[in-house]
Amino acid sequence: MDLLLEGLKKAIEMVLAADPIIVEITLRTLKVSMTAIIISTLIGIPLGMFLGLVKFPGRKLILVIINIGMGLPPVVAGLWITLLLWRSGPLGDYSLLYTETAIIIAQTLVSLPIVTALTATAFQQINEKMILQVKALGATRLQLVWILMKESKLALLAAIIAGFGRVIAEVGAAMMVGGNISGDTRILTTSIVMEVSKGNFDIALALSFILMTLAFLITFLLTFLQQRKRSHE
Amino acid sequence: MKNKLLSLSFVLFLALMTACSSSDTNNAEEPETTNEPETTEVETTDLILATTTSTQDSGLLDVLIPMFEEENPYNVKTIAVGTGQALEMGVNGEADTLLTHAPVAEKELVDNGDVLNYQQVMYNDFVVVGPSSDPAGIKGLSTNEAFTKIFEAESVFVSRGDDSGTHKKELSLWTAADLDPAGNSAYLETGQGMGNSLQVAAEKQGYILTDRATYLAQKDNLGEFEVLVEGDENLLNIYHVMEVNPDKNDKINAEGAKAFVEFMVSEEAFKTISEFGMEDYGQPLFFLFE
Repeated sequence: MDLLLEGLKKAIEMVLAADPIIVEITLRTLKVSMTAIIISTLIGIPLGMFLGLVKFPGRKLILVIINIGMGLPPVVAGLWITLLLWRSGPLGDYSLLYTETAIIIAQTLVSLPIVTALTATAFQQINEKMILQVKALGATRLQLVWILMKESKLALLAAIIAGFGRVIAEVGAAMMVGGNISGDTRILTTSIVMEVSKGNFDIALALSFILMTLAFLITFLLTFLQQRKRSHE
Repeated sequence: MKNKLLSLSFVLFLALMTACSSSDTNNAEEPETTNEPETTEVETTDLILATTTSTQDSGLLDVLIPMFEEENPYNVKTIAVGTGQALEMGVNGEADTLLTHAPVAEKELVDNGDVLNYQQVMYNDFVVVGPSSDPAGIKGLSTNEAFTKIFEAESVFVSRGDDSGTHKKELSLWTAADLDPAGNSAYLETGQGMGNSLQVAAEKQGYILTDRATYLAQKDNLGEFEVLVEGDENLLNIYHVMEVNPDKNDKINAEGAKAFVEFMVSEEAFKTISEFGMEDYGQPLFFLFE
């Protein structure tokens, strides 16, 4: 109990003092996670829409694979990416291992299936009669997509929120492909692991509060976006 | 109105993100421009240092690396892993330079030509720590006797189990005592770093072999725990630094590795190492060879 209070106190102290290292780690966490979820969104939503709306042979198989991908353990993703990015690996020439880019790749890999699968589910649920109706009213393809997206806004934002939750909580892959390098690839989750192994439980707790606050604020913003229209109507 | 507010907050958010990414690049460029104003643009290159968790967890590298980076145009990427993994990274050419503490395993790399410029840096010692109640009664014994007693009493013994330098040392001590602990149900392998393993030992009221530096750094978190066996000749913990053979991979930063090895055995680094820990623990955590 004492430790909890101490950690909370320390967190407030660290935030108030704007400890440059903490600020740097927090901003990096934000930057890396946001980049990963934006990439996942940009790829996952169109892909999910396509899989949800268009029927073609092999579609079920792809959906199964993506659903399995939702459970892809981050350490597994981390291991694969490490092997790919190694100097002696196939992508070794780009020197990407132990960089922020490597973490972004790993986080995208674990969040993309979530965004894609949840989007696909949302679009599969759309009533076909509605699509026919919109088409009958003379909507162009682009207009149709836009209307359907608006229609499934709740589910799309839920997909993004779920993907973001995965990304911000992720530690195994970030540790492996990022290396937790001070001033380079150290993010909040990997710092927490390191501080625990150093025995600095108070700092670890303080960092955990900062991480929770960050996750809360962003999820809050997204939920607000999601629920906004509802209250209007 | 609500719409505007929302888009405004989103724009602010994006601005913040761009701000933080641009400030990052500023930070990275600054040392180049401020530190070497006379020389014509020395490019900072990355240098991957694979090392053991004990050098990072004790905080020693947090002091040494900035000193090195200030004088040399390298951005050191410290990967703190077990010695086994660090050496493996050397063999595969995934790191540029190594700082490890498993002389027997290192010797193999030197003999195979995997690493060059193999230099002794510092030492400290391993100690056997355990609960103050000392259920197996090992206090003050030699390592051989202590390990035998722990084994016979079936007391809890926590092993790193991760092929680290400490784990290698522990296994050699069991072998020296002619024992095989693997079958003992009270023998726990954590597979984790030294700090975490110490915490496990404290919770389980077990014995554990640890380097003194990490133990001292963790002491306050461990409760009724103390050093029970120390000072044995075979408890010496020697750290070496080395360059990875640049033939391993054409991406190896050979110059940076050379500079790092030279730095680690320089007077300046030695002075820092010998003083490290005095302030916090009242005793140095690492010692130099005379």
